[in-house]
Amino acid sequence: MLLPALAVVGGVVGYPFFRTLYLSFFNAPLLSHVRTAVGLGNYLHAFQSAEFRADVVHTLHFTVGSIGLELVLGVAVALFLNRPFVGQRFLRAMLILPLALPTVVNAVMWRWIYNPEYGALNALLTQTHILGSYRTWLGTPGLAMNMIIVADVWKNFTLVALLVLAALQTIPVELHDAARVDGAGGWQRFRFITLPGIRPALLVALVLRTVEALKVFDIIYVMTRGGPASSTKTLSFLVYDEAFSFLKLGSAAAYAFLTVALIMVFVGVYIRLLQSRGVAG
Amino acid sequence: MRADAPARPRRAAPGPARSAARRRRQVTASVLTYLAALLLLGFLVAPFLWLLISSVAPLADLIQRPLHWIPPHATFQRYATIFFGADGRDFRFALRNSALVAGIATSISLVAGMLGAYALSRYPSRGRSGLLYVMLATYMTPPVAILLPIYLMLGRLGLLNSVLGLALVYTSFLTPFLTWILKGFFDAIPEEMEEAARIDGASRLGSMVRVTLPLSLPGVITAILFGVILAWDEFLYALIFTSSTAAKTLPVAISEFTSRFAVDYGLMAAGGIVAALPPLILAFALQRYLIAGLTAGGVKG
Repeated sequence: MLLPALAVVGGVVGYPFFRTLYLSFFNAPLLSHVRTAVGLGNYLHAFQSAEFRADVVHTLHFTVGSIGLELVLGVAVALFLNRPFVGQRFLRAMLILPLALPTVVNAVMWRWIYNPEYGALNALLTQTHILGSYRTWLGTPGLAMNMIIVADVWKNFTLVALLVLAALQTIPVELHDAARVDGAGGWQRFRFITLPGIRPALLVALVLRTVEALKVFDIIYVMTRGGPASSTKTLSFLVYDEAFSFLKLGSAAAYAFLTVALIMVFVGVYIRLLQSRGVAG
Repeated sequence: MRADAPARPRRAAPGPARSAARRRRQVTASVLTYLAALLLLGFLVAPFLWLLISSVAPLADLIQRPLHWIPPHATFQRYATIFFGADGRDFRFALRNSALVAGIATSISLVAGMLGAYALSRYPSRGRSGLLYVMLATYMTPPVAILLPIYLMLGRLGLLNSVLGLALVYTSFLTPFLTWILKGFFDAIPEEMEEAARIDGASRLGSMVRVTLPLSLPGVITAILFGVILAWDEFLYALIFTSSTAAKTLPVAISEFTSRFAVDYGLMAAGGIVAALPPLILAFALQRYLIAGLTAGGVKG
């Protein structure tokens, strides 16, 4: 009964995965069958390449920025929506809107909002006199990546919020009541009751979102194509460019594997974190 | 004050002055709550609302400075173009392709995932639980790590630029995810119910089809929901493995829309709305299952 699932995993993921590893030791042009083994040459070249290092920094910038904001905003919104008030159920349901919006539609939507000439953000900020003149949000290196992060956070903080909300509902109200009676303040109750209760959900959200962020491609392709001046180019984009713009499969495969290595480092740290908490708690 | 104290001090009847102060504090708190709620609602809804307005506002109003937020009249011309006009032809093909790819990929992954999840749930062993982690690792594998060999494989099989080829590729991330979700649901169904059916003469497969499946219907609905939403959303594989209207999906069509119809921002907005509607409708209609699916992973952690 496991056979179909194994066939899919082995055929569509496992085999190609090891083929990529194999390819990464070759100089393999996309449009020719002539391949020459170069050993670790592609990897050595990657480590010496300033472009590769810059793209690692862009990827980390996107990952740390978007995950950080998503966690803070997600937890804050979840705590807020865990309090009873009229309309609370409606707001909870509205969290689904950004979550279910297709990524490419989200990217197109924010690109239109950021439009340098007709964009809603420019109009809003000038009409409220926060800005004196229109700005080119996605055309300014240094600013573009942060604007992409905002677009990503708007869509994905809702996942964190929904996961944390579900975890909050499993914390018995009596715990809070008892702590209050014992004289615990708001921060103490958050620190010693709420936080331990939502920690597993937070870790799951952290792992899911980090893996997604480290392999980000679609939102960047649609919003900036890696520009301006390659300032929003991430690792997945580098692999894409290397393979399909420069037609160099071998070095593209090496970059792909270094991306996998980076993801494994992050996931490894999280698992260690999870296990040490498991022992302590 | 200890937990077993007979009454909390706050519930004890306060003096009139204290009660007025308390009421004022409560009013302030609820005013702040509703201000925050309004702010959150605006943050969640405003960007999408602007896309919606842009899709029906006349172009002249969209490119006006200073911008008028509410257009004087609405036009549904762009939706007519998308569904009936000559300029919407590529988009309609993409809509069909997206539906086909999502349908085929979800069906294959659902069957493979149900069988796999059932085996993992009913015959647990060390090797098999290791397998579950292989599934999880598979789901986390970045597309770029398998992209290039799949491109070469599809080329050799003549499956580049085909709906079926793309659907097969999508099973790579759908199968592990659906297996993970379904296993959680199968785990929650007591095995005794199947044993009872088998005592009454049902076969292994028969007891699975007649007893476990109907009980795990919520799990199946959740799996289909996530399969369709994830397949509908995918972009990188579709961008690279498709090249014409024969197989291009909506995300690819929309990303091209924005460069080809750069002038009509409204048409781009309308295209975005149409592409967003199927997953939005599914997610809102089945929100109970959406939350269940999200937290199935979270609880198992």
